[in-house]
Amino acid sequence: MERRVVITGIGTYSCLGENTQEVLESLRLGRSGIIYDESRKEFGYRSCLTGFVKEPDLKPYLSRRDRLGMHEPAMFAYMSTREAMEQAKLDIDFLANNETGIIFGNDSTAGAVINTIDKVRERKDTTLIGSGDIFQNMNCTVNMNLSTIYKLKGINISLSAACASGSHAIGLGYLMIKQGLQERVVCGGAQEINLYAMASFDGLGAFSIRQDTPSKASRPFDRDRDGLVPSGGAATIIIESLESALQRNAPILGEIVGYGFSSNGDHISNPNFDGQFRSLNMAIKHAGMDVSEIDYVNAHATSTPIGDATEAQAIYEVLGGKVPVSSTKGMTGHECWMAGASEIAYSLLMMHNDFVAPNINFENPDEDSKKINVIPEYKEHKIDCFLSNSFGFGGTNSSIIVKKFKK
Amino acid sequence: MNRAEIITTTKRFLSEEFEVDENRILPENNLHSTLDLDSLDYVDLVVVIEENLGFKPTSDDFKAIVTFNDFYDLAEQKIVVA
Repeated sequence: MERRVVITGIGTYSCLGENTQEVLESLRLGRSGIIYDESRKEFGYRSCLTGFVKEPDLKPYLSRRDRLGMHEPAMFAYMSTREAMEQAKLDIDFLANNETGIIFGNDSTAGAVINTIDKVRERKDTTLIGSGDIFQNMNCTVNMNLSTIYKLKGINISLSAACASGSHAIGLGYLMIKQGLQERVVCGGAQEINLYAMASFDGLGAFSIRQDTPSKASRPFDRDRDGLVPSGGAATIIIESLESALQRNAPILGEIVGYGFSSNGDHISNPNFDGQFRSLNMAIKHAGMDVSEIDYVNAHATSTPIGDATEAQAIYEVLGGKVPVSSTKGMTGHECWMAGASEIAYSLLMMHNDFVAPNINFENPDEDSKKINVIPEYKEHKIDCFLSNSFGFGGTNSSIIVKKFKK
Repeated sequence: MNRAEIITTTKRFLSEEFEVDENRILPENNLHSTLDLDSLDYVDLVVVIEENLGFKPTSDDFKAIVTFNDFYDLAEQKIVVA
């Protein structure tokens, strides 16, 4: 028997704000979270632009032992999960006694690994590394730490799928609940933001060098875009069977109704129309919906010349040119492993507050983006259903459809 | 470093690392239970001892230590030997 899957809690820790209230305000105002980080210049970066997220102080919340295994991805994810748990009315006592899983998207721990290796290089003795580093270094650092802290007893895995990691994490959690394998799953995505995390990506020349005006640098779909801006933080989406949510009297923020995915099977970094087209179509087919029912598309568009053009073509082919589209990456930059989860959270905030967040810096369309309905400024708009795209290196694509919950 | 300096230094770095009130680090108290050490904590204990006192205790050393006084005895011996 297939079950309905609903969202009962969201949490965000991003460059738009350290909680959903702050993020909501930024989304409404079209406020950029991008800064110029001088230390990147000295380090050798081509572009010093980045989204800024403060490292949280977890001492008030967690014991020394709990904190030792956490570096940026786990720290950020703890903050977003803490908020989501509160909204979903979940606490450790309940979780310890009611099977709950965790599937978190994360695809690097560069900062933690380099810190550890530097210690060994300096001291030439692995026994002087300390006990926490291994749990910071592994790519499953988020679910390892959070499952321990929150006493989670269900599925416990990380999902690595480049910039679609967060989206696929939600998609797989959705399938597990839908099929009756789990009652609830803590899903999300985390992205480190330190100096080491993005150096090799910067080396590809993929980042914007519009460094004189950081807030103008990320300009998805705009004719004059010149590359993405890296960013990070974490977002948590708690999903649950409808039966469980109703039984617990949990808030129901939306219902996941479609998940589509595909692999390009092509170039390792270039986007591919066919792969994106198949992912979008699969999500719509899976949801059993007509495309006219989709009221808003949160695009993956990262502000790269080829990526945005390809996505505009895919959106136009599948959904036509009328549906409002925006990429929140104009404000956030590219939150990479986290983006698929954070953008579901951002879209839910829009859905509940009847607006489309602006695709800031969209000043002039190009040949492809002029065919779709990119929203450059805050727009009041009733959203009953939205679609969120996430595409990643290696040609991994994910599309998720969420509707307002109706009994 | 004399014994008084060893005690002052040890109380400072142990209270910082293990987040234990310095007033609980008394000579006759049990080192293991006062610091609430689990198996992973001994790894960190070695690191902070090496960083602050300049020697690395072995697992056999830890087996022989019950109180903080036992540890100060060991530290005096190791530091003199070094």
